[in-house]
Amino acid sequence: MTVSSTSHQQEHGRFITVMKDILARPSGRIGLTLVLFHILLALLSPLIAPYDFKLQNSSLMLSPPSSEHWLGADHLGRDILSRTLMGGREALLVTGIATPLAVIWGGFIGILFGLVGGRVDEVLMRIVDAFLSLPWILKMLVLIVTFGTGIGVLIPTLTFFYGIPVIRVARAATHDIIARDFVWAAKARGHSRISIIWRELLPNVLDTLMVEGAMRWSWMLLAFSSLSFLGFGVSPPTPDWGLMISDARGFMSFAPWGVIAPVIGLSSLIIGINLSADALAKALGIDRAQKAPM
Amino acid sequence: MPQSSFIDIKNLSVGYTSRNGKIIPVLRDVNLSITRGDSIGLVGESGSGKSTLALAAMGYFKRGLHVISGQVQFDGIDMLNIERNALQRLRGGRLALIPQNSGQSLTPNLRIGQQISEALRLHGDLPATSFDVGVIDLLSQVRLPDPVGLTDRYPHELSGGQQQRVAIAMALASNPEALLLDEPTTGLDVTTQAHIMELLRDLAKDRNLAMLYVSHDLGAIARVCNKVMVMYAGETVLTGSAKQVLLSPRHPYAHGLLVSIPRLNEASLPQALDGRPPMPSETITGCAFADRCKLADQTCHKSPPPLNHLETGEAVRCFHHDQIGQLNQKTEKSARSNPTAADKGTALSLANLAVSYSQPGLLSKLFAPQDTPPSTVDRITIDIKKGETLGLVGESGSGKSTILKTIAGMVPAQSGNIILNQAERLDMMVEKRPAAHLRQVQIIFQNPDDSLNPRHTVAQVLAQPLRLYYGLSGTPLRDRSIDILEQVRLGEHYLERLPSQLSGGEKQRVAIARAFAADPEIILCDEVTSALDVSVQAAVLDLLDVLKRQDGTTYIFVSHDLAVVKAISDRVAVLYQGRICEIGPVAAVYSAPFHPYTDALLGAVLEPDPDVAPRLTADDVVELSPPKTGCPFQRRCPRKLGSICETDIPTAQEIAPGHVIHCHIPQLDL
Amino acid sequence: MLIRRVLLGGVTVCIVSLIIFAGVEMLPGDACTQFLGEYQADEELLAQCRKDLDLNRPPIDRFAEWTQGAITGDLGLAADGTTKISTIVGDRLKNSLLLAFLAMAVGIPLALFLGVVSGLWRDRLPDIIASTLAIFAMTIPEFVSATLLILVLSVWLGWLPGIVLTSAAAPASEFFPEILLPMIVLSFVMCAHIMRMVRSSVIDVMASDYVQMATLKGVPYWQMVFRHALPNALLPAINVVALTIAWLLGGVVVIEVVFNYPGLGRLMIDSISDRNLPVVQSIALIVASVYVCVNLAADLLTMIANPKLRTMYMRK
Repeated sequence: MTVSSTSHQQEHGRFITVMKDILARPSGRIGLTLVLFHILLALLSPLIAPYDFKLQNSSLMLSPPSSEHWLGADHLGRDILSRTLMGGREALLVTGIATPLAVIWGGFIGILFGLVGGRVDEVLMRIVDAFLSLPWILKMLVLIVTFGTGIGVLIPTLTFFYGIPVIRVARAATHDIIARDFVWAAKARGHSRISIIWRELLPNVLDTLMVEGAMRWSWMLLAFSSLSFLGFGVSPPTPDWGLMISDARGFMSFAPWGVIAPVIGLSSLIIGINLSADALAKALGIDRAQKAPM
Repeated sequence: MPQSSFIDIKNLSVGYTSRNGKIIPVLRDVNLSITRGDSIGLVGESGSGKSTLALAAMGYFKRGLHVISGQVQFDGIDMLNIERNALQRLRGGRLALIPQNSGQSLTPNLRIGQQISEALRLHGDLPATSFDVGVIDLLSQVRLPDPVGLTDRYPHELSGGQQQRVAIAMALASNPEALLLDEPTTGLDVTTQAHIMELLRDLAKDRNLAMLYVSHDLGAIARVCNKVMVMYAGETVLTGSAKQVLLSPRHPYAHGLLVSIPRLNEASLPQALDGRPPMPSETITGCAFADRCKLADQTCHKSPPPLNHLETGEAVRCFHHDQIGQLNQKTEKSARSNPTAADKGTALSLANLAVSYSQPGLLSKLFAPQDTPPSTVDRITIDIKKGETLGLVGESGSGKSTILKTIAGMVPAQSGNIILNQAERLDMMVEKRPAAHLRQVQIIFQNPDDSLNPRHTVAQVLAQPLRLYYGLSGTPLRDRSIDILEQVRLGEHYLERLPSQLSGGEKQRVAIARAFAADPEIILCDEVTSALDVSVQAAVLDLLDVLKRQDGTTYIFVSHDLAVVKAISDRVAVLYQGRICEIGPVAAVYSAPFHPYTDALLGAVLEPDPDVAPRLTADDVVELSPPKTGCPFQRRCPRKLGSICETDIPTAQEIAPGHVIHCHIPQLDL
Repeated sequence: MLIRRVLLGGVTVCIVSLIIFAGVEMLPGDACTQFLGEYQADEELLAQCRKDLDLNRPPIDRFAEWTQGAITGDLGLAADGTTKISTIVGDRLKNSLLLAFLAMAVGIPLALFLGVVSGLWRDRLPDIIASTLAIFAMTIPEFVSATLLILVLSVWLGWLPGIVLTSAAAPASEFFPEILLPMIVLSFVMCAHIMRMVRSSVIDVMASDYVQMATLKGVPYWQMVFRHALPNALLPAINVVALTIAWLLGGVVVIEVVFNYPGLGRLMIDSISDRNLPVVQSIALIVASVYVCVNLAADLLTMIANPKLRTMYMRK
């Protein structure tokens, strides 16, 4: 048995202990169940949805829940149940790709500049500050309006802007770690820079980045659905919760079921991610509540 | 003589509820009674429940702890079933606490004056108009300089010793009848600690206080207490008078604890007390100490021993308390390895080394180029022989750790040279040193929690130097790792553990193993035992000595503890404000003639012996930077000659071969 | 140190303006191609427009002019070439300030109160209720909570008007009671972040050595809370409050859209949709400056309120 295989086992063992810790908490159990449920739903909904999501039936316009259409129909007579079941697919696809990418690029830059330090780092932090001082919606809308909606624009836009706050977090975590004695011990032994980053720094910073990633995911979902709601996200007739809520709002006074179903879908997913992130942070020993929210 | 007890704790058990709903005791069936004028020392290692017991005397339990059974009475008042207002009047009133770590126990947003006058308002009988006078009076009673100016200060503006004195003043505000002290001098410098102990001793005597003094430091206990109670794993194991307990302990644990303390008047290493106390969650069937006890037999493991009350007045929880004498015969004092007789050459030379932390900004460089502050460390010239252990000793701010970090290449030298093996220069920072030199100098840090990567297993920790310097991998790497682990007395099964799964002593052993894995010439030890309990400290010192005997390694050993330095070193350098005051063979430095600073330090050491009193020569003022000219110790020196001490650097007087004192006082008068 | 902070804030605003200007410059087309839309094939119109808007000069000159104007309060002309941006933005800014101020007046005290209460009664009923509500407020998108509130308070109960119909230029008094519902939603959302932060800070401080010491000194509970615990527990809240204020003044786009409230956020969306880039630039600059100023004020306040920092700068 070599040491490299034991270290592999160690990582494996750690994954299991962290998972056990998450599942030992009620928030972790509920959160992970919700997230898993939504992922399964996104994968299987085309198979289980009772109707075609874009099938319009003018006789059903704004009809209340019935035995054929459990959640009623929307203003174009489409089956709300089918659309709600499928309404999270686009959101999960886009944020599921953009979140890891954002954490990777933001984390990479943050660690790099945290290590380099000095003037370069100062300048970078001012630029990061400048980006953070602009409202997210403005930054994104300008790009979306210019280059058009659709996954091809949304993913890079979200990845770029949501990576910027990650830079800050990764940089701070890097500063914390490199001041500790074990990093000094490695330097004093004469390990190469690469080896120190790889063995000493990364395993410790990655914990922080994982929690950060989980949080970014829920915020990105909020942003994505807000964009859809404002009409800058998913284009019709693709079902999306934000868009569905926006469409159904006008008929809320006499057909509230059109709003309620997508609201529950969207909220349960975001709450699930948040609860999981909380449990993950506690399992890894990182306190989330102290962090600035925006 | 029978006096009614003032603080009376009867059959107290305290515990917390674990995650799976089990009640876990941290105090088990403890009895304690204190009469007026009594001062009782409560001794034990970390986790023994001694602080919990002291706070219980005030009817206070930390969040999560609750009383399982028992009674706590103060002057006949039931502290566990008392009305809230009455309890508030008692706390800080008739019964006052002096806390551990005053720096964190004083409220950061309130001025010193506000905090003390709050105590006066709550408990004193002074009219509100004379609070200011009362505050100043209290501050002078605890011998603080400039009490008027101090009232406007915030806690963070004071030194550790001053904060501790403020806490004492606050406790005295209500004219208490009983004083609880929770490790009040932990973390303070030796001279400061000695001064505060004298103050407490005088206060207790003047006011006929009942005192409960919690500490792991038997020297402090010996100084202020007339009775001692030793706790182990939440139980009382021994009570008796201070002389009985400290000079002829009747319990094997107390005996082990006492012999594990390094002493100034002994040339040998202290004896280690192996093993570690049981965790509160472990179920104990027999005697809690049985696993670590040399006298333990079948009975000890089967049934718990009762607390036996002896005719001499002691109470002992041990079946074999009459056989303690055997312990002294069984374990002979392990003599320390002899100072290397044969001179094998110089391992490391420091030549006129200076280090400065302050980097003058561009503005001050332009406008006041002459106005540079004195270097943090200056004029350090020492040759360290191969196989020798050099101790660096001094109070906080003496620059001892800075010198170590400069040798390790973590701090740049301002000027001077560091020369390895009489040939290779080590003046540069660690990044620029050649790999061959790096292997030869290894460092062990004070706090193993910080020096071991929390994400690396012991195997990964040891693999790093072995891979880097010897290119080992696969089976040879594993075999060598096990070999090294066994040398630090840890077994193969430790390989897969993470630091969080090790005790403090085990972590430090792993850190030592990592340093030795490189097979270095020189090991730099930076306060390596300061974060450990005494019994563990003895084991680590012993280990370092054994390893050194095997490998002939050279140590530079930094510590604030004079007794520890004496136990492990061949040669000692006494530092003040980054300058050497005295250097020489250990026996010479620890006996007259002394540099005035060495004298002050040695005089302030508290021995765990009630018959030995400290000698306080110098003040315990904290200096933040060295004086610009003259002797570094000029401002605190009790034997200052005059202006020559302020202007001229003291000459090096060679008292005996190798024993040098830097002082203006002529050799014969020292 | 103080001067350094102010200078750094200034540097940040400069970088922001550079980013805004450069960002807009880099977009394909310019103000004229976008403004003229379908007419852009007409080269003559385009050239005339560019001449009108002064787009032919090098970007650096225009940037200098723009920033100079911005400092003196002159934000230039909108893309139609006639309306002054400062008049369009002025009314909207006033409305946004009104809404933000009302939300702050309700939300901040409420958040501090709830945070302190749930911190002191940690893991007990008040804490469980407040913390659960906070999780909902933080996770449910604003447009969802806004929609639900309209559904309940306006559509079903009919207590409050669900939508704002007052025009942008109307005086503040005319926004009542229409402004109440958006104000409630905003306070609800901002409350959650501050409350969670305050709660964890109170828990930390209540577990501190000095609070234990105050208790053992015999200080009565509430006096201990107000004198020893809260002044220290509320210090870290200052920065979160600042971030929330900055968000209130610049980021409440969605809520303004839901309630049809004529604030800066809706102007921003409309200008982006209309590609009225000069207006977008101006709004971005205003919002970013507010962000920097509010954060600067928070740093200052922390410095004054924290004795450690205060003595560091005063006693030297």
